[in-house]
Amino acid sequence: SLLSAPIRAAHHVLTTNKRPPPAPAAKASTAMSGQSSGCGFLTSVVVHGDSALSEQEKELGRRLRRLYPAVDERETPLPRSWSPKDKFSYIGLSQNNLRVHYKGHGKTPKDAASVRATHPIPAACGVYYFEVKIVSKGRDGYMGIGLSAQGVNMNRLPGWDKHSYGYHGDDGHSFCSSGTGQPYGPTFTTGDVIGCCVNLINNTCFYTKNGHSLGIAFTDLPPNLYPTVGLQTPGEVVDANFGQHPFVFDIEDYMREWRTKIQAQIISRGQGLKVGNNSSPFSPDRMVASYLVHHGYCATAEAFARSTDQAVHEELASIKNRQKIQKLVLSGRMGEAIETTQQLYPTLLERNPNLLFMLKVRQFIEMVNGTDSEVRCLGGRSPKSQDSYPGSPNPSPSHSASIHSLASPAKPSGSHSYLPGFDSSCSNGVAPGRPHPSAHCPKQLPSTPSNAELNTINSVRSQQANACTSGDIDMEVDHYSNGVSGSSSNGFLNGSSKHDIELEDCDADMDPALPRRQLCGGSQAAIERMIHFGRELQSMSEHLRRECGKNAANKKMLKDAFSLLAYSDPWSSPVGYQLDSIQREPVCSTLNSAILETHNLPKQPPLALAVGQASQCLSVMARSGIGSCAFASVDDYLH
Amino acid sequence: MACMLEAPLRISVLSEVTATSRHYVDRLFDPDPQKVLQGVIDMKNAVIGNNKQKANLIVLGAVPRLLYLLQQPTSSLELRTECAVVLGSLAMGTENNIKSLVDCHIIPALLQGLLCQDLKFIEACLRCLRTVFISPVTPVQLLFTDPTVIPHLMSLLSRSQRTQEYITQIFSHCCKTPEHQMILYNHGAIQNIAPLLMSPSYKVQMQALKCFSVLAYENTQVSMTLVNVLVDGELLTQVFVKMMQRDRPIEMQLTAAKCLTYMCRAGAIRTDDTCIIMKTLPCLVRMCSKERLLEERVEGAETLAYLMEPDVELQRIASITDHLVAMLADYFKYPSSVSAIADIKRLDHDLKHAHELRQAAFKLYASLGANDEDIRKKITETENMMDRIVSGLSESSIKVRLAAVRCLHSLSRSVQQLRTSFHDHAVWKPLMKLLQNAPDEVLVMASSTLCNLLLEFSPSKEPILESGVVELLCSLTQSDSPALRVNGIWALMNMAFQADQKVKVEIVRALGTEQLFRLLSDPDANVLMKTLGLLRNLLSTRPHIDQIMSSHGKQIMQAVTLILEGEHGIEVKEQTLCILGNIADGHTAKELIMTNDDMLQKIKSYMGHSNVKLQLAATFCVSNLIWNEEDGSQERQDKLREMGFVDILHKLTQASDPNLCDRAKTAMQQYLA
Repeated sequence: SLLSAPIRAAHHVLTTNKRPPPAPAAKASTAMSGQSSGCGFLTSVVVHGDSALSEQEKELGRRLRRLYPAVDERETPLPRSWSPKDKFSYIGLSQNNLRVHYKGHGKTPKDAASVRATHPIPAACGVYYFEVKIVSKGRDGYMGIGLSAQGVNMNRLPGWDKHSYGYHGDDGHSFCSSGTGQPYGPTFTTGDVIGCCVNLINNTCFYTKNGHSLGIAFTDLPPNLYPTVGLQTPGEVVDANFGQHPFVFDIEDYMREWRTKIQAQIISRGQGLKVGNNSSPFSPDRMVASYLVHHGYCATAEAFARSTDQAVHEELASIKNRQKIQKLVLSGRMGEAIETTQQLYPTLLERNPNLLFMLKVRQFIEMVNGTDSEVRCLGGRSPKSQDSYPGSPNPSPSHSASIHSLASPAKPSGSHSYLPGFDSSCSNGVAPGRPHPSAHCPKQLPSTPSNAELNTINSVRSQQANACTSGDIDMEVDHYSNGVSGSSSNGFLNGSSKHDIELEDCDADMDPALPRRQLCGGSQAAIERMIHFGRELQSMSEHLRRECGKNAANKKMLKDAFSLLAYSDPWSSPVGYQLDSIQREPVCSTLNSAILETHNLPKQPPLALAVGQASQCLSVMARSGIGSCAFASVDDYLH
Repeated sequence: MACMLEAPLRISVLSEVTATSRHYVDRLFDPDPQKVLQGVIDMKNAVIGNNKQKANLIVLGAVPRLLYLLQQPTSSLELRTECAVVLGSLAMGTENNIKSLVDCHIIPALLQGLLCQDLKFIEACLRCLRTVFISPVTPVQLLFTDPTVIPHLMSLLSRSQRTQEYITQIFSHCCKTPEHQMILYNHGAIQNIAPLLMSPSYKVQMQALKCFSVLAYENTQVSMTLVNVLVDGELLTQVFVKMMQRDRPIEMQLTAAKCLTYMCRAGAIRTDDTCIIMKTLPCLVRMCSKERLLEERVEGAETLAYLMEPDVELQRIASITDHLVAMLADYFKYPSSVSAIADIKRLDHDLKHAHELRQAAFKLYASLGANDEDIRKKITETENMMDRIVSGLSESSIKVRLAAVRCLHSLSRSVQQLRTSFHDHAVWKPLMKLLQNAPDEVLVMASSTLCNLLLEFSPSKEPILESGVVELLCSLTQSDSPALRVNGIWALMNMAFQADQKVKVEIVRALGTEQLFRLLSDPDANVLMKTLGLLRNLLSTRPHIDQIMSSHGKQIMQAVTLILEGEHGIEVKEQTLCILGNIADGHTAKELIMTNDDMLQKIKSYMGHSNVKLQLAATFCVSNLIWNEEDGSQERQDKLREMGFVDILHKLTQASDPNLCDRAKTAMQQYLA
């Protein structure tokens, strides 16, 4: 229960971030002219403009996502129809490539013909299922339903060849890569619905007839099998259901059983962990403790350390300091936050000009928002958004960003070399480009970086890391810090303490009737101050570029921030998301990590690291054909 | 096992009734109530998990004193509660402990205690009552002797999760008869217990579910009520269906499936309802799988057998579901050869369940093969199936024998199996052995199977006849059980069908005419029908008819008269008229009818009966009597003409029923020729 509060916040962000459309869908969404369904893979069908059809496709998309939530369709698309390219010539397709009919002579078994689905079954399904309805048994009813690997001869019925498996209607036998069948189930004929279920966890397959499970047909199945049907005599017609319609068999009930099994396994393994010693930083007790310390829950951390006999690795005073800074950042008082940081950690920002720049940009945004101390005392008022961090004596910071930065690459990117959890500031650097859950049109949102982009960032970063003169080969080196000690930024901060003092006076004469959301809180003086600050920021940026070279992230950050001024109502502008208080979180987390680093403490709490690693593990499992990853979502455990 | 444990205990009690044990009891008699309380608490701590100590204290007479303290109004509530706790702990020991407690009238005392207002005390009493009532040695009737108890328990259901758990557990263990079901039902068990299915406590949910399964079992009224019950706006059947979801605990799935099975068998849910076909049946088949515990597999198979017994469609679906027929073959592999060496504990466990598994499998096979020929074939083709049945017939466990013979009976309905596998495996041998000395329920099944084995096309018929089966069957006809009498006479009937004269004589001799006529006045209509059938089979071909009628003609005619005059169903009278028709076919035998004017009048009146079947049989008889090519046919024709038969026949040639019309025309032709 100690953990539940901060992690819940993280989970929230995680789930909302899953909503935006996958990146490669860009082409599709334009073709769909404004339909924001996010089903990019439907392009070819939707273009036909048949609304009934698109409704069916949407239904298919919904059902497939519900059945196979762990499948990343950009990497491993699910079968949705029969392939017009991967079939024997005696096979005819119709009805959106879902209906199969036989058009050969059907004289001998040599006239048998098969068709495969468009894609193989992804392992991340865990359990995969499709159904085939026998529309007509034709002359002899020699239908075969099953699975085959790519390249298996299509002039055959499924099951007759190596890496091919089938259940045949005429005799009810199962064919396991062999010309002779084994007695398996009942025969099937016109009107019957035959289902085929592949269990990718134990690599078995069973069939169903009219919704009744017939028992295991095959074991030790190879990976990457395609749904396949074969026909052999004239008049044979079958319809496939890959999820277009509800299934006759209750496959979800079967999946529930396997989900429970896998989760029971996870829990039983986890129990072994608890008895382990506390010396490893990944022992559960120490993970919890370090997490609490990291985020500055000092009372909880103390209590937890006491009850588990651990030493707290950081001075309590330091925790409190960090907490103070976090509180300032999260309430939008950036000026004070920067000043406090400089007082408490004098060299930190000097050594991290990029970090300072980022803080300053945030300060600028807060000025626009009217929340920063410097503008608030100039007659502005705090906008409503600040209320999301009510002035409780000890606001619990929401650390969504840190975990988000870990988990998100595992979901959308699929980049192989990118290890999440080792560089939060990198992710933070691209954070403005990440689609945001607030109500913005997806078109106006920059898409998530593609694999290529991420890889570039990654390689740039590693080069930079190698260029570091410190000899420190720690991969966690912040890639913005470039090993250059930028000039001091003191000049921008003069007088901020004075404003601090004036703060209380300003608060007193605030007019509650003032309309909400005015630029800089509505004060002319504040606007001037903001514009002045903006110029300072501009020159700081130029200075930084001279000293450290070009930095695309910094440039974009500044551009986005300045764009706020281009709109009469910045809050409802396309770049207005920056004003959302939730955007303080990544800033807060980056600053927190930087402070911890100066104390030789990990900038990522091991718990967050472990969560990120687990997510990454799952995607590795999916790629390696280990089906149990389907039922082991990390999200399920972040509750 | 029990003896081994008991003996040393007794010795220890007698030899060293230890000072400490006695000390505990002595302290219960202390004049200072505070010290008594402390004494009870110490006793509580001393007996927990210590069976020896429990036995000692019982022998030393702690129970009556504890009960006295528990009932004493002057005792403090705390003391009374602690007493109930200690008694509950004592009840947790051996069965002997329970017996001693029941002998000390603990049940009325605790039930009385439930009238107290204090929840903790009530819970302690209920917990102890629960432990006592779930023991097989406690007579369940004790719950129902005082009519105020059940309504009071119902009212306590709302008190706490514990009262809910204990009370529902008591109900589900004590509800053993239809009377018990009705008592609980009439006191609002359904309305009171239904909400508990949604309890946050798994234990409460489970006990409530078990209650519904015992309440619904073979009880139409309860089941009909259950289908209309709403829990949280959801139909009870849907609640049960959800409880069968595959991620629910096995125990819950199984018990929910039982509830739906019982409701279905009681007629409250149709067998073609989705919740039965798509949910209950597959759930029960899963319970039979190798992954389940042996107990679960037994219960699953038995429940499934019960569910589909009367419905061929369910049998067909089950027979293709998850290779059930092959899955059941595994039930015969315990204890497995590996378990013996690998693990003694496992071997013990397997041995204990081996009989149960086998009988459950036989029961399920019996149900599966009850109606469908293809399924029977599938079953007999299962590995070593017939051998297993044959050895099952001679197992020591009566349950296994009964189930094996049920299975054999089910399969014996197949003509093909009778001709092939039954004969190949000489199943008649163990079957005959089983018939020699078995309890009635086994006899019913075995004799019924024998009936099928004695069908004329069965190759087993000959060897069975040679084994002296006639005497055995004749003795069955004298049984008190109508089912056995039916089977006995049925088997004889089958045996007599197209049999040799020798066999027929043997049957008549062994049965004795006296017994034959006693059976003709049997109160059971089935017995009567089969006896008539036997008579009809005996009286087939002409020489047999004349021979039997010459020796037993008088009695047979008497019996026939009696039946035709008596209050019997159409089938019985039809069969009797057919016998008369057969008699009329004999050379000499027909004179027995011709000389009996009374009988002729009867036949005449049946020719004008409102039922066509009886008219047909009577006309058939007449046409045999007047058949042309036989000696004296002219006289008989004349006599019947005088009696007015021709007029009736003439009328019948105009009958609307084509068969009757034909028969009458054939008869009329005898006159024309």
